Amino acid sequence: MSSMFPLIVSGAEARRRGNRLIGPIDLQLEGKGATVVVGPNGSGKTTLLNLLHGTVRLARGHVQWQVNTEDARRMQSFVFQRPVMLRRSVIDNLAYPLVIRGQSARTAREAAASWAERIGLSAMKDRSATSLSGGEQQKLALARALITEPVVLFLDEPSASLDGRATRDIENLLLEQKAAGTRIIMSTHDMGQAKRLADDVVFLCNGHVAEKTSAAEFFAQPATLQAQAFLNGDIVE
Amino acid sequence: MRLLATILLVLWPSVSLAENTMRMAVTTSFHNSGLADVLLPEIQNDLGLEVQLLIVGTGQAIKLGQAGDVDAILVHSRAAEEAFVAEGYGTHRREVMYNDFVIIGPAADPASVAGVETVTEALQRVAEAEAIFVSRGDDSGTHRKELSLWSSADLDVEAFGPHYRAVGAGMGAALNTAADMNAYILSDRASWLNFGNKADLALLFAGDPVLFNQYSFLPVNAELHPHVNAEAVAALEAWLTGPRAAELINSYTIDGETLFVFNATSED
Amino acid sequence: MVDLWDGLVQAVWLMASLDAELADIAARSLYVTLTALVVACALAFPLAAYLAVRRFRARRTIIAILNALMGLPPVVVGLIVYLLLSRSGPFGVLGLLFTPTAMIIAQVLIMVPLIASIAHQSLRDLWQEYHDLLISMNVTQGQKLRTLLWDARRALLTAALAGFGRGIGEVGAIMIVGGNIDNVTRVLTTAIALETGKGEFALALALGFILIGLTIAVNLLIHWLGQTEREGRW
Repeated sequence: MSSMFPLIVSGAEARRRGNRLIGPIDLQLEGKGATVVVGPNGSGKTTLLNLLHGTVRLARGHVQWQVNTEDARRMQSFVFQRPVMLRRSVIDNLAYPLVIRGQSARTAREAAASWAERIGLSAMKDRSATSLSGGEQQKLALARALITEPVVLFLDEPSASLDGRATRDIENLLLEQKAAGTRIIMSTHDMGQAKRLADDVVFLCNGHVAEKTSAAEFFAQPATLQAQAFLNGDIVE
Repeated sequence: MRLLATILLVLWPSVSLAENTMRMAVTTSFHNSGLADVLLPEIQNDLGLEVQLLIVGTGQAIKLGQAGDVDAILVHSRAAEEAFVAEGYGTHRREVMYNDFVIIGPAADPASVAGVETVTEALQRVAEAEAIFVSRGDDSGTHRKELSLWSSADLDVEAFGPHYRAVGAGMGAALNTAADMNAYILSDRASWLNFGNKADLALLFAGDPVLFNQYSFLPVNAELHPHVNAEAVAALEAWLTGPRAAELINSYTIDGETLFVFNATSED
Repeated sequence: MVDLWDGLVQAVWLMASLDAELADIAARSLYVTLTALVVACALAFPLAAYLAVRRFRARRTIIAILNALMGLPPVVVGLIVYLLLSRSGPFGVLGLLFTPTAMIIAQVLIMVPLIASIAHQSLRDLWQEYHDLLISMNVTQGQKLRTLLWDARRALLTAALAGFGRGIGEVGAIMIVGGNIDNVTRVLTTAIALETGKGEFALALALGFILIGLTIAVNLLIHWLGQTEREGRW
């Protein structure tokens, strides 16, 4: 399954209107566990995830999977900080990724129904997705991302605006997925969440990878001054 | 492109015209007289021919004939008709009937038009009194007639002040305007009698032979426009100039008044 | 005031007596405008979606032109279509002038800019909302357009209703290209113009009330259909 790894990023840069957003980034990710990207606001976490996912254009360098780009895209899903709800019912939102991959409406809806059950939304499966609460929407977005059984799941601060209960639901789902072998690459600003989920940590500062290390090591004794300051809660520029 | 083709296919059935139909452009004044409602069913009966009427001004009727968009025209503007034939757009001009023009104005008659001898005098009085006069102003047969009457009265409409109001509308609309402004207006008798909104207007002057209004039938030249239903046109012309039409036209009245006088000759 | 009252009375009377000619004219009005509406939507919706999603050089120009054409005087459209379809015009051989088809063509031209402009605005907003998700899911261009059109269907319905409103009440263009021929191309609006010209205000007004009633009925029907869908599926 994990034949698409290792993911090798070399000299990658993203630019907007000539200004460098992040990079150059050199990074190698192996095919197991959960990688959590942390760093101060504006350090480029979202851009990095999008760069890896292929939805931000590379200005320079390479992001190299071990399979061709099209297959790589099919094996990935992405969950946004603010969930994007299609203006359809809950069940149609869940079924959508399968339908666009050419599955029949019936099989897609069957899979969608079982996922709705799993995330506790079966009672609402015919309601408009846009009428759900923030927590429900994010759970729906996560289930919609998982329904295609991705090898890699990207999440960009998935519980940034959620309450404790919804956050716990999301985290439990992620832990289950991790146990089942899904590769998780996510960003968060919640250090508690990072500790609960991360196997290894990428610490991003000013668009550069300042540290990439195991989670245990990062939280116990960060190597860089910036990381120490960041973990202490100081303002890092 | 496939979409467009589908659309065309869907629409096509409504395109084809039945064989026994023809189109004729007629003037607003003819249609307003109500005579068409009497003649058309009879034509359908006698000839099995459905005549579709396009009710327009003489100017547009001539245009429609020139472009070949109708099979024949029935209008009342001699000079334009003769030009139409001379330029080859029509095969010939056949006189069918006439009615007359009348001068309508406020019942109080501020210009004292009632009782004068000639239409020339009537118009001169309107001009002198600077009474409001509504003109069709739409290049129709009635409008052309009105202009020729002014010029034979030695008056220049271009030089008139604001009391001369060209509305650029059909007979009915112009009559509506005149009713509203309590103005003088030149109308054909039929339109006036059938008009539903007379308000304070009254018929003030009629009877000068200059005011006779000749209607003619002009077939569109089939050599120029091969799609013209020449057979139907010929049949219609024969019927319109025949005894059946004569009887119907001469006996057509509104409020007891005869409107049209049949004057077709058997050989043109 | 008397005329208004007479018109109302006559409208009720005409409808109560199921006047055959009136039914014919009303049915023709609906046929022409609804057919034009279907064709116009089939052209305008994909165009609007395309303009919302694709970035190309002439895009802004096309949008500006569409917006400007929303206010195009129908009578000008009528005149252009007339000149095109006239026996002496480039499409004269088709023999379409003074047929319902000619009226439909004119109405399509009148409706497309209006429907496309309104549809484009809501599709553009929806695309902004969906952009990241659909790009992430790597959908094809066709899937993208279909997703937007389907999820914006309510807004598209509003756009279609606006088009219907513009078409059903339109007289300038269809008078010119249809010719207002009795039993062939006479519709409610041209009949109203004709009766007004004859000074038959009450009858004209009666026809006007029937036109208004018809428009309201169609709007209610479509809203009701939209409502049932919401209750059933959402």
